[in-house]
Amino acid sequence: MHTIVCIKQVLDPEIPPAKFKIDPEGKKVIPPPGVPPVISVFDERAVEAACRLKDKHKGKITVISMGPGKVADVIKHAIAMGADDGFVLQDPAFENLDSFGTAYVLGKAIQKIGGYDLVLCGRYSADWNNGQVGSILAEILGISVVTSACDIEAVDKKLRVKRILKDGYEVLEAPMPSLITVSGEIGLPRLPAGMRLMIASKKQIPVWKAQDIGAEPSALDKANAHLEVTGLSVPARKTECEFVTGNTPGEAADNLALKLVKLM
Amino acid sequence: MANHKGVLVCGEIADGKLAPITIELLGVGRKLADELTEELCILLMGGKTGGLDKEAIAYGADQVYVAEDSLLDGYNSDAYTQVTANLCQEVLPSIMLLGHTDVGCDLAPRLNARLGGGLAMDCMGLSIDPATKVLVSTRPIFGGNAYATVLSKLARPQMATLRQKTVPPAERNDARQGQVIPVENKIDPSGLKVKVIDRIKEEVEGVKLEDAEVVVAGGRGIGSAQNFEMIRELARVLGGSVGATRPPCDEGWTPVMVQIGQSGKVVSPKLYIAVALSGAMSHIVGCLGSKVIVAINKDPEANIFSVAHLGIVADFKEVLPALTSKFKELLPTQK
Repeated sequence: MHTIVCIKQVLDPEIPPAKFKIDPEGKKVIPPPGVPPVISVFDERAVEAACRLKDKHKGKITVISMGPGKVADVIKHAIAMGADDGFVLQDPAFENLDSFGTAYVLGKAIQKIGGYDLVLCGRYSADWNNGQVGSILAEILGISVVTSACDIEAVDKKLRVKRILKDGYEVLEAPMPSLITVSGEIGLPRLPAGMRLMIASKKQIPVWKAQDIGAEPSALDKANAHLEVTGLSVPARKTECEFVTGNTPGEAADNLALKLVKLM
Repeated sequence: MANHKGVLVCGEIADGKLAPITIELLGVGRKLADELTEELCILLMGGKTGGLDKEAIAYGADQVYVAEDSLLDGYNSDAYTQVTANLCQEVLPSIMLLGHTDVGCDLAPRLNARLGGGLAMDCMGLSIDPATKVLVSTRPIFGGNAYATVLSKLARPQMATLRQKTVPPAERNDARQGQVIPVENKIDPSGLKVKVIDRIKEEVEGVKLEDAEVVVAGGRGIGSAQNFEMIRELARVLGGSVGATRPPCDEGWTPVMVQIGQSGKVVSPKLYIAVALSGAMSHIVGCLGSKVIVAINKDPEANIFSVAHLGIVADFKEVLPALTSKFKELLPTQK
């Protein structure tokens, strides 16, 4: 079984809000110095889902990531988790693409890799939270799509997928190949350790540019963007917090209860 | 693009009624349509949609497209995508609105992939730019750390999924007139590739999280499944629901269904008690609508205190038992 996982490198979403800065003119987020970017939360779970399938059915995992800078780091992270190969998709023409542009580039790379049974993406990225690339990519590749999976099994050349819902889940059966977007409920990703870290650090990660994957310049032209960002702002929110005290924490709790009962 | 006109709402039916988000979408859709002096339409899909067409008109729709088919009884991604995409290609709406729900989050990107429009997900504000007449959507990004305004200059339809409870519901007026149009296109079964085998409802004890007037939420600092019992006990005494940030769900201290925040549920109770959670933006966006936020955390610098109205700086293990027993004493009627 060959699984291709699309992953994205993002600003660490767990940074304290005070460190979060934007450039409203450039409509960009300014990464805080000294905080290394990380693999997007749900993308890491997608790698985990791929690893679980590989644990069970053997086969191969290929990881691709589009982005500027050191995206090879997140691919190495995925390889340390259990992926076999990885490719970086990097070209000035790939920068600031919308969901359609991103899906187009990923689709070109996947078509070049070929021979896959399953494509996995995170449910949405931890930065722009768009949640569209997977569905557009499936349409480009002409394969079925299931979103927000919390469990994936391969049974008799078919995929049995649990899709998380607000008040439960549904069980779906999808053909191979399909594209599945993975949700957090799939469970914690494994920690890379031992030999895998060695393998990952030594792995050569090829970089593919637009011409390597046959991407047409017109498809990457920002003038053809489906959606554009016209403004970016950080919400001003500051509530005055009244601290409830007492001689002991227990007394503070009593005082808090007395205040809250009046509000109820 | 000049051919695209009107606002189309993709309706959702829950328990035989129009879902609350659908009534909210009709409210905001009516406003957008009026500003454009265009019509507001809604698509209702289901096995049977009995009587809901009239309701949709009462809530503001000028036209109701009704697609009834046994294949549409319950959400089926392939079938819903096919029916909705076909209708859009026929009706050519300028704006298409969906709820940011289990259905909308799946259907909207698939539709957009097929139609080639411009889609903004998880919007909290929708308006028409007075000069250009395009739809301007405001949406949280980076887990609510920032807001982006986005628009489509050329791509049509302009699509958006709207977060629940961010706009008031439409007002009902049973005297309103409208037109009901059955959707005749039959579903092509060869396009249904993914089969729905089963749908499992997971019941959570007590009051439903979204409806609760009191929510007690625990974070990473709770430390164990056993300690999480203290959260449950306080919620029970207050007749409220239990919530959590992501780590307790990941660790299995509590079911994932109670996760609050960007990747979980959005709640707006009268009282939100945040215990041993730091207040990462990705969590806070799920509870900012609460009337009173109380924070209990041993770190006085925790971000949660910047959004809380009342706070105690102390170890929750020393606060919660006392708080719970004091409430028991003050609220004798509740068990």
